[in-house]
Amino acid sequence: MRDENKMRAAHRALVDRVLNGEGRSSPEQRARAFSNSGIGPPLDVLIGKIAATPAQVTDADFAAAQAAGFSEDQLFELVICAAVGQSDRLYEAGLAALDEATVNGEADNAT
Amino acid sequence: MRLEILNRGYGPGTKMLFALIRVFSGHPPPDAAKLVFYRPAFYGAQAKNFTHEAMRGPSAWSVADRELMAAYVSKVNQSAFCIGAHTATATQAYQDGAKVQAVLADLESAPIEDGLRATLRMLGKLTREGKVSAADMREVLSAGISRQQVEDALAVCAAFNTTDRLADAFGFELLSPEDFEAGAKFLLKRGYR
Repeated sequence: MRDENKMRAAHRALVDRVLNGEGRSSPEQRARAFSNSGIGPPLDVLIGKIAATPAQVTDADFAAAQAAGFSEDQLFELVICAAVGQSDRLYEAGLAALDEATVNGEADNAT
Repeated sequence: MRLEILNRGYGPGTKMLFALIRVFSGHPPPDAAKLVFYRPAFYGAQAKNFTHEAMRGPSAWSVADRELMAAYVSKVNQSAFCIGAHTATATQAYQDGAKVQAVLADLESAPIEDGLRATLRMLGKLTREGKVSAADMREVLSAGISRQQVEDALAVCAAFNTTDRLADAFGFELLSPEDFEAGAKFLLKRGYR
């Protein structure tokens, strides 16, 4: 098993805060934005772009979400959740591949 | 910025701080700074802590190498604000702008060590495709990079995949080359906290 380190703990604290901390959007909405799944239109367009093609986000994507009733503070939170969610998936995927690449080496070292 | 609260939604203490920044630097705070001051208990406080740890915490990677990783990941994400900010910071940290430009123009021919090149290649693939394999990781390790260095690089990658997305989603305003230089100087002196 990998030793815990300060960096990974700091990232976990960020993830936990945006998902479960006090906010204006519900934890369920935040979890959906974080995982980029189960989001209805029109918010799905904005959240999907943040996960996959963030440079293509437009004013119109925000305007559509606000017209659907999301407040600026709710969008502030959901945009952050979408960004942190995608990064968290990349971080976990990288660490998992690293574990897989080094598991034999570590077992050899241990014997 | 696209949300009006990020332009105007600050309390009196933060507004005073922004005014002081304007007085002492001659410029308003950049949007990257404003973002972490908006309701910092929701995002800014924890984000600064993680980013500072990844970029300035103990690591076998130099600060310059980590700033280059930030610039490279931002390039893959096409995040104009972050490319500008971290190209300037990596350039100052290395005291070598040609090296940074070469990496961003063509990683494979850039004049850098093979271990750093293999690491950047892996971060680019992870950022672009959302996944990397154990074989990709073995390539980095066989280029002389330690397991801990890979972990450290993955943390930089995570920090900037978040920041790039927020810069583009919220629409951070680009700075002049002089202001990116001033920001880089600040980041090298003070870090991200």
